[in-house]
Parts: sequence; C-alpha cells; structure tokens
Amino acid sequence: MQFIKKHWQVIVTGLVVGLVAVALTALGNPKNMGICTACFLRDTVGGLGLHRAEVVQYIRPEILGIVLGALAISLIGKEFAPKGGSAPMLRFVLGFCVMIGALMFLGCPLRMVIRIGGGDLNAIIGLVGFALGIGIGIIFLNKGFSLKRSYDLPKLEGFVPSAIALGLLALLLFGAGLLFFSESGPGSLRAPIAISLIAGALVGILLQRSRLCMVGGIRDVVMFKDAHLLYGFIAMIVAVLIGNLVVGNGVKFSFADQPIAHADALWNLLGMLLVGFASVLLGGCPLRQLTLAGSGNTDSGVAVLGMAVGAAVAHNFKLASSADGPTAGGRVAVLICLVVVAIIGFANLQKQKD
Amino acid sequence: MKTIDACGRACPEPVLMTKRALESSPEGVTVLADNAIAAANITRFAANAGFKLSQTEQLGIYTLTLTK
Repeated sequence: MQFIKKHWQVIVTGLVVGLVAVALTALGNPKNMGICTACFLRDTVGGLGLHRAEVVQYIRPEILGIVLGALAISLIGKEFAPKGGSAPMLRFVLGFCVMIGALMFLGCPLRMVIRIGGGDLNAIIGLVGFALGIGIGIIFLNKGFSLKRSYDLPKLEGFVPSAIALGLLALLLFGAGLLFFSESGPGSLRAPIAISLIAGALVGILLQRSRLCMVGGIRDVVMFKDAHLLYGFIAMIVAVLIGNLVVGNGVKFSFADQPIAHADALWNLLGMLLVGFASVLLGGCPLRQLTLAGSGNTDSGVAVLGMAVGAAVAHNFKLASSADGPTAGGRVAVLICLVVVAIIGFANLQKQKD
Repeated sequence: MKTIDACGRACPEPVLMTKRALESSPEGVTVLADNAIAAANITRFAANAGFKLSQTEQLGIYTLTLTK
C-alpha cells in the first residue's frame, strides 16, 4: 500500500503514456512510434519545410498537445513559472546534440521504450547506450557540473513556447496548403488530428503532474538509489507490450526487419549514449523538455528549439539514419557531438564550496 | 545549521546540493528552493535518506529543513 501511495502517479503516467502510444499506432501513427518526441519534432520542422526529406514531413498534433497540456495543468496547479537564463546557448547546443543522437538511433528515449515493448531488440542495445550515456553524465554532475541558475522572467516570456504551439496548430487546421506534408513514408502515417491533439494533451498533463522523465529514471537510481521515476519507465514498457498484444499491433522479438529501425548495434548504442549524456546535462529527456517548456521554463524551450534545428540539419545533410542503417555523415556528426557535449561538460565543472 | 540556496537550479541539482551539504554537516541543513519540483524531490530524498523534514512556503520560496 505504501508503495502504491508513494509511486502511483508515475506508474499511472507510465501506463497511460504506453497505452496512448499503442492506441495512436493502431489509429494510424507509424509503427512502434505512437509518440516519439524526436521523430515528431523532426516531422514538424519538416512540415514547415525546414528540411526537405519528403517522407517525414507533418506537423504532429501530439507535440503541440504535450506543450499545451503542460501549460494548462501548470496554470491550474499554479506551477506555471516563467524562468530561464541558465546558459541558453549551451542548452540549445545540447538539444541539437540530443537530436543528432536520437536520429542516429531513430527515436527518443520514449520511442526506445516503445520499441522495446514492440519486440525490437535493437532498442535494448539503445537502452544500454542510453544508460552508459547517463552514467557518463552523472560523473560530470558528481564532479560539480552545473549550467548555473535560472531567473524569474517576464510572464509573457513563459508563454512563448505555448504560443508557438498554438500558432502551429492554427497552421495545421487552417493553413495546411502552405505546409509540406508527406504523401508516403512515416510522415504520411497519421492518427486523426483531434485524437492526436487530445492524446498529446493527456500526456502533457500527466507528465507535468508526475514529473516522469526517461533520463531521470535511470539517473536517480544511480545517484540517489531512488527508483521512483524508474517505476514509470517500467510501467510504460509493460503497457506497450500488453497493449500491442491486445490491439494486435504484433510483437515480434528480433533485430532484423523492425519498423523504422536499423540493426547496426554500434551506432544504435552510440546514438543513444549521446542522447543520454546530453540529456543528463540538460536535466531531462526530450519529452520532459517539452513539458517544462509548456510550464514556462524557457531554458527547456531553448533546448527544444535546439532539437528542432538539429532535426532540420540532420535531414538536410543526411545525418539521420534510415531503415538501411546509419549514414557516413551521421557517424561523423555523432562523434563530433560527443566531443562537443564533453567539452560543455568539462567547461562547466563548478568549484564546490563546502 | 547550514543553509544552502538552491533557487533557480535545474533538476537534479537541488537534491545533489542537499546531499553534498549533508555530507559536510550531517546533523542537518536548511535548503531554499523556488519551485515545487525541487521541493518534492528534496522531500523524497529526505525520506529515502532517513532525515526528518519540515517545510514552509512563502511567496514561492520553499524552505526545507532536514534534521536527523
């Protein structure tokens, strides 16, 4: 009983997010994707024509829903707080690097969990890399890494991420003719707009309340021996696995021939290592950054912008992997980003006062 | 008792700062935080680490006192 009382919020959030992902796949979203922060940000910047990879362009209502859901619930719960100013440019770069890593692996930590629940064993390799990356990030945190403090900002500043989301929603509803939408490939696979939006909002609301974070789950176990957030992570895998079996999405355990995935173990590992490392320095996974952006945290908003630009660059310069595997450019980009994140790590070790 | 200011610090720094402060003053510390997330994280840390905790909030600043 004590266990349920302490952890029910993250567990319920994990279960619901997992089931939402399965339901969205059944309703038309790409396989083993459901909701993927990295993929959907990438689709969204593609929908705006900021990259021209024709198979991954669509403004994803789920992303907008997450931001707006987090905004609504943070206003209701009086937790909306416009804050920022903690090394914004470095956060932009870290967000950029997270996206380069995610598009090497083909998924954010959330999609990694969804892929595991769908039987994709490549995602287990990804998880190993993700945990290693978090481990490296923790070494920096323990040695005093900090991007220094944030400050209170004018109220309007905190609404900007949500205003952008609203603007994109208006474009999607009324200005679709201006946009670039895939006619084939993953970008053409879409659940209905209203359902996607509501599903995203539900995820945003639950995430804001429960503080569930894919990076935090593993980080807190290692740093503080606190498995609280990890329970949500595990609940999500269980929900996806069971949900897929119930809905009939099919669960096939293998490395080969998984939907929108490749089987290059080394680069799956390094891609997610980069995501884990950069996300720990940012203080949260991509999904958490979106949620915090909706709640008024513009540091997270800047990180999301970094991810968006990273996605555009990744597809313009063919750094993103495909089912055929990683590209040469993608491999170089991941290695460069690892060096960049390490430089950011070393350069921000603050002297610890006692 | 030592007081540390974790205002404006992003996750997980407030908890990390608390943990460090408790290493140098194991009898207890007072932590200032400016958001509910940090306060909740420190509360959970205190429970896990076996500290007693009292908490007040005024104008968005949380004052958390951890004692043995």
